[in-house]
Amino acid sequence: MTDSLYRRVVSFTNARLWQLVHIDVLLIGSLLLLICGGLFILYSASGQNVAMVERQVFRLVIGLLLCLTLAQLPPKYMRRASPALFAFITVLLIGVLLFGVGAKGAQRWLALPGGLRFQPSEIMKIVMPMMIAWYFSDRQLPPNFKQILAVLGLIVLPVLLIAKQPDLGTSLLVAVSGIFVLFLAGLGWRYILSAAALAPIAGYTLWQFMHDYQRQRVLTFLNPESDPLGSGWNIIQSKTAIGSGGVYGKGFLEGTQAQLDFLPESHTDFIIAVLAEEFGMLGCGILIFAYLLVISRGLYIAAHAEDNYARLLAGSLTLTFFVYMFVNIGMVSGILPVVGVPLPLVSYGGTSIITIMATFGILMSIQTHKRAR
Amino acid sequence: MSRRHQNFRNYRQEQRLTQRRIMAAAVFVLLLVIVLMARLFYLQVLEHELYQTKANDNRVMLVTEPPPRGLIYDRNGVVLADNRPIHSLTVIPERVENFPKLKKMLSGIIDISDSEWEDFDDRLKEYRRPYQSLTLKSQLTDEEWAKISVDLYKLDGVQVEAQLTRYYPYGEAFAHAIGYVGRITSKDLERVDKLAYQGALFIGKTGLEGYYERTLFGEAGLSKVEVNARGRIMSELERQNPTPGKDLHLYLDARLQQYAYDLLGDYTGSVVAIDPTTGGILALVSKPGFDPNLFVRGISVKDYAALRKSKKLPLFNRALRGGYPPASTIKPFMGLAGLEYGFSSWTERYFAKGYYQINPDGRRYRDWKRTGHGWINLERSIIESVDTYYYQLANKMGITPIHSFLSRFGFGQSNLLDLDGESSGLLPSNEWKKAKYKEPWYPGDSVNVGIGQGFMVATPVQIASATSALASKGHYYYPRMAKTIGEKPAEFPNGQGGEHDIILKDQRNWDRMIDAMRKVVTDSHGTARRLQGTEYDIAGKTGTGQVFSLQEDEEYDSDKLEKRLHDHALFIGFAPAKNPKISVFAIFENGGSSSKPADLTKALFDAYLYDNYPARYDYLKGKKND
Repeated sequence: MTDSLYRRVVSFTNARLWQLVHIDVLLIGSLLLLICGGLFILYSASGQNVAMVERQVFRLVIGLLLCLTLAQLPPKYMRRASPALFAFITVLLIGVLLFGVGAKGAQRWLALPGGLRFQPSEIMKIVMPMMIAWYFSDRQLPPNFKQILAVLGLIVLPVLLIAKQPDLGTSLLVAVSGIFVLFLAGLGWRYILSAAALAPIAGYTLWQFMHDYQRQRVLTFLNPESDPLGSGWNIIQSKTAIGSGGVYGKGFLEGTQAQLDFLPESHTDFIIAVLAEEFGMLGCGILIFAYLLVISRGLYIAAHAEDNYARLLAGSLTLTFFVYMFVNIGMVSGILPVVGVPLPLVSYGGTSIITIMATFGILMSIQTHKRAR
Repeated sequence: MSRRHQNFRNYRQEQRLTQRRIMAAAVFVLLLVIVLMARLFYLQVLEHELYQTKANDNRVMLVTEPPPRGLIYDRNGVVLADNRPIHSLTVIPERVENFPKLKKMLSGIIDISDSEWEDFDDRLKEYRRPYQSLTLKSQLTDEEWAKISVDLYKLDGVQVEAQLTRYYPYGEAFAHAIGYVGRITSKDLERVDKLAYQGALFIGKTGLEGYYERTLFGEAGLSKVEVNARGRIMSELERQNPTPGKDLHLYLDARLQQYAYDLLGDYTGSVVAIDPTTGGILALVSKPGFDPNLFVRGISVKDYAALRKSKKLPLFNRALRGGYPPASTIKPFMGLAGLEYGFSSWTERYFAKGYYQINPDGRRYRDWKRTGHGWINLERSIIESVDTYYYQLANKMGITPIHSFLSRFGFGQSNLLDLDGESSGLLPSNEWKKAKYKEPWYPGDSVNVGIGQGFMVATPVQIASATSALASKGHYYYPRMAKTIGEKPAEFPNGQGGEHDIILKDQRNWDRMIDAMRKVVTDSHGTARRLQGTEYDIAGKTGTGQVFSLQEDEEYDSDKLEKRLHDHALFIGFAPAKNPKISVFAIFENGGSSSKPADLTKALFDAYLYDNYPARYDYLKGKKND
């Protein structure tokens, strides 16, 4: 019975029809699971604001359409377009610094005609691994020292441009997405270990480049109680929300921290605290499990990809997705500084949903455009 | 040759390398997920209780609700201290974004004085629970209330709160007896339970309001409410209603009080009336009084300065703190002391000249009657108030027996059971003089005390309660204000309702002395013969207290003296003499002759005994009559 069910599931997911329309059922399935759970939490976190949930659904639909569209595009075209895209987006990043618009002292957007706004740094999250993967696509792996330096050079320029906006969180994530490619390409362990040894020096250098509000975030992270009503408020309240949820949570819409507005940013960056408060450790476990489904499918696709470019790109995109999740939950639960990274696909907000859905389109393309063997 | 065209690349090996790296990354992902789950386990399981408490501390707030204050009634149910609703303008500072802007907006709507703002700013600095409102302007007029209500929606953090405030309908005649409540200060909060008084506006400051503060205040209501991050109350979780303060029913008779106050006329002075059968104070007058409502509202600096600086000392409670020589009103007690210790008898005769000398060549202690009274006895010494008789008696006795005997009547100590701030007066003794002046007691000191002068000082309440004890033939009740507290009879800490018996060696002396005091009125030579013609017997004793000492041979001539140097006029009396229902002490400061307090006392007796008050006091009649 279970055997036949398993077979039916396998035959369903392997069906040629899906292959034809370039949809990976397991990936899209686990994504939909995550998205539905996220909408459910958002309903509570937004104070039962249906309009807000509707807007989020709208964005998700746009993202899904983009995902399905990109899935139709064979990876080889992506590979060929990579250097040009990278150059283009880098120029746009320079443009942001010169002509950008923004708020709260940061300049992150380019204004488009028709009142639309456009954030090149978000696109760089995808274009960066594409570029590095392209660089390695016809070079022998593992990379030699010269190649490593060249790749680091490619990474540094856009990262500095983004950091200058200033947007430390995004710049780090862009750097990480490039470095993941380097790692997957077989960067020698001795480099990795010496980099780890040099991290404190790098940290100090970074500190010198930081803005006051960024330094404040780090200091608050190190000792949130030092300013309980100011910058420490967020983290104290989110830890309180999480801890008070216990194992089973206080129940849907019953979280006092979230519903009585003690939890700041409850529908954006701190949304996991709402889940933790209302559904406890159990709810968090289920959500993290859904993420793991997505990530394991992504890594499977990467491992079974056709060529180096596809492998490196798919692996880096998947790992970057994981980093979003890890950094967000880590910061909300107080083991990482508050860097303003949303919980992917769950937090309320536009740009990141679109980019993330785009990465899964690329993954599906890689999985469904393999030549039959 | 570029690398791009190398033919010896091992694609399988490269594939295995990247796949191994993907595996390594997967392991890394799993490890980090375990870190996250461990963190959640730490917060949600190990530290769960800590954070649960924190979450509850966030949302649950205790709110106290001040109870309605107990009312104070006179013996006939007349409300002497009432509660009235008022509307106050209050501000929740946490909700105000811009104080200067608010100030400007408010001043465009109603008048808020600088001192009100200063007051507000001062209280803003004191200890306060967050989101608790602070009163900016209390007692809005209806017009102000209407004006502010219209614009309230524009004024963030401003609200109009209805509160109960104290109101004393009969004002100044009662101020010294009832006392008043005032705004709670941080100093007041040091001596009370802060939680219970949270949200309370007033606290009893003086008089009964001060003494019975805890009783009148009641128990604050306590409710647990759920608040959001901005302090807005979302729901009530638990509630304990406030227990209203207990009402006080007094022995005081409002009509008697007001009548006595009015009868003092333009004089400063005091009247204390006591029911000898209970020790209950029927009237406690100190004139002039003041409007206690001023203090409830928060008295202005100008008004307060005027009260402080007035030469008539309106804030001074003469009934409790006024130190007067009891003068001749002490004579009945002195006579009883002589009898008690065998220094005098009813039959022994004494030739009263116009003066008394301790030694043949010594100082002459003058009698009020220059020609003297001739042959007299103890009874006649009371009737005609013979000074020389008491000079010689006191000299014979010495201070020690006088001190111990008068102590039994409450002289030299504070006796009031339920009012604070009573002065103990001064009943001098050997020891006292040694301690105070480092001098021995001289016979001349006793001579002066014999007629209630010299070192001796007593308060109106003391003299009135001693008179009351005499009227009840030695049953000394500590004077008291409250008859019932809530529904129960008032109980007092010092024993059996606060009373003791004064037992004389010969108890018949009570009747003889009362009879002598009756004759003060009925005898043709009695000093209070002007009170004759009542249907009931009055027992009384006059007194004139020297404010300023005359030289040995100087004549007292009231016309030549400034009024403030005129003698104090005193009278003690009780009626009916056989079965007294009321005893009175009255003093007109600088009143000259004792006819004024005697007439006042008679008027009070007439009114009280026959319910025969002038019609203008009907508003103070109350519902029940006993």
